[in-house]
Amino acid sequence: MSDVQVELTVNGQARTATVQPRLTLADFLREECRLTGTHLGCEHGVCGACTVLVDGEAVRSCLVFAVQAAGSEVTTVEGLGGPDGELSPVQAALRDCHGLQCGFCTPGFVVSITAFLRDNPRPTDQETREALSGTLCRCTGYQGILRAVQQAAGAETAR
Amino acid sequence: MKPAAFDYHAPGTVEEAVALLAELGDDAKVLAGGQSLIPMLALRLTAFDHLVDVCRIPELQGVQQRDGGVRIGAAVRHAQVGTSPEVAAAAPLLTLATPLVGHFQIRNRGTLGGAIAHADPAAEYPAAALALDATMDIASPTGRRTLTAQEFFTDLWTTAMEPDEMLVGVTFPAWGGRSGFAVEEFARRHGDYAIAGAEVAVELDETDRVRRCAIGLVALGPTPERPREAEAELVGRPVSEIDPAEVGRLAMAGLTAVTSDGNGSADYRRRVGAAMVARAWTRAVADASTEGAA
Ligand SMILES: Cc1cc2nc3c(=O)[nH]c(=O)nc-3n(C[C@H](O)[C@H](O)[C@H](O)COP(=O)(O)OP(=O)(O)OC[C@H]3O[C@@H](n4cnc5c(N)ncnc54)[C@H](O)[C@@H]3O)c2cc1C
Ligand code: FES
Ligand code: FES
Repeated sequence: MSDVQVELTVNGQARTATVQPRLTLADFLREECRLTGTHLGCEHGVCGACTVLVDGEAVRSCLVFAVQAAGSEVTTVEGLGGPDGELSPVQAALRDCHGLQCGFCTPGFVVSITAFLRDNPRPTDQETREALSGTLCRCTGYQGILRAVQQAAGAETAR
Repeated sequence: MKPAAFDYHAPGTVEEAVALLAELGDDAKVLAGGQSLIPMLALRLTAFDHLVDVCRIPELQGVQQRDGGVRIGAAVRHAQVGTSPEVAAAAPLLTLATPLVGHFQIRNRGTLGGAIAHADPAAEYPAAALALDATMDIASPTGRRTLTAQEFFTDLWTTAMEPDEMLVGVTFPAWGGRSGFAVEEFARRHGDYAIAGAEVAVELDETDRVRRCAIGLVALGPTPERPREAEAELVGRPVSEIDPAEVGRLAMAGLTAVTSDGNGSADYRRRVGAAMVARAWTRAVADASTEGAA
């Protein structure tokens, strides 16, 4: 089986690596780029912890091979905060609303909610619940996360 | 788990892709959005020595109006299907079905062609293709052919395509006049595959009789199902005299292979199915009635 060279941009930085075609984008980010903010819960598309932006769209990085993302711009949770570690509005809202405990699912929520609010800045409660349904949290419960989306939506429009 | 090792191919044309499939034989599989194939590879339910990524082929992209209907390239993502004005104009049933396909992160990757080629009876797009009499444009190393949806879905996760064939695009003929559409399905959680569902299209004539109707059934057999006898019984009748519950019963009457599994027995699925048909019928009729009311 032959390796392939993959070139892509991660959080604004060009990255090149020679990898096996079976390497998922999630493992590319974690192992080749050492960006371990992208978490792997299930590795088969169910939990959403591994969500990243590929050319701006939220996708599950365990269901994309790195080679499929060649030439794309990838944004991970590390790329969403400020350069000095300042929390993004979505991250700040999750902290304020107790939207996390262990934090395992949080990168997936942060990335998914960021994309969701960009496309739908004033979502209804129902739209928000549907948008959250693709990411699983096993310890916090969803009410705090739901409130965080509402707070972040307010913050975004107030800015 | 991690998928087994494979070689990756990214052909630039349909001809190159099918030539590769022919040359590599059973060891090769088409990879589109990967939202069904990659989980199966990761769980090691299946393995291939070669994956042929078709998403970089220009002919598989794009949505075009065609003969009043709409032609959708096989590699068009669910998200694009859901927001396309051409799709909304010619095949509103697809627009309505799209938000029910998984979650938005899945819809950003999954392709229409992948969902149809995967032929899951619990999936939304195959049932819509069957209900709307869509036609499948298929390429093989020896040329092209077109199959109707009726011919295409042959069994559970099985289509009439040969291993060296691929889906290039799907054409949905338009429904004109006073038509209405609705999709109803029941799943335990939003985004899950449905336990049972119904996709209904209905067209009324000037006197509010049913001119034609189509019912696509989700998760009520080994393939997407279409109760043609029920449809035939409804055509020509004044819509006000049709009891939606009767439509539900009629639609379930001809089903012979409803599955029982952990999500529900065959009996339960039939009851849910009948209720979904009744609800979808009611909404589709209401939708049709608002179209240029007679
Ligand atoms: C968590 C989760 C939830 C989901 N929920 C739903 C749901 O509720 N409803 C639903 O309908 N789907 C659901 N899906 C599946 C999703 O819609 C898939 O995108 C779709 O079934 C397959 O499309 P794909 O482009 O990802 O295809 P792939 O996964 O790449 O391919 C699927 C199969 O089709 C074949 N194939 C793909 N393209 C072609 C082609 N052009 N020609 C010939 N063969 C081809 C492949 O060889 C493979 O066998 C879900 C997926 C996940 C991970
Ligand atoms: S790790 Fe990707 S969805 Fe669970
Ligand atoms: S915060 Fe622990 S799983 Fe969500």
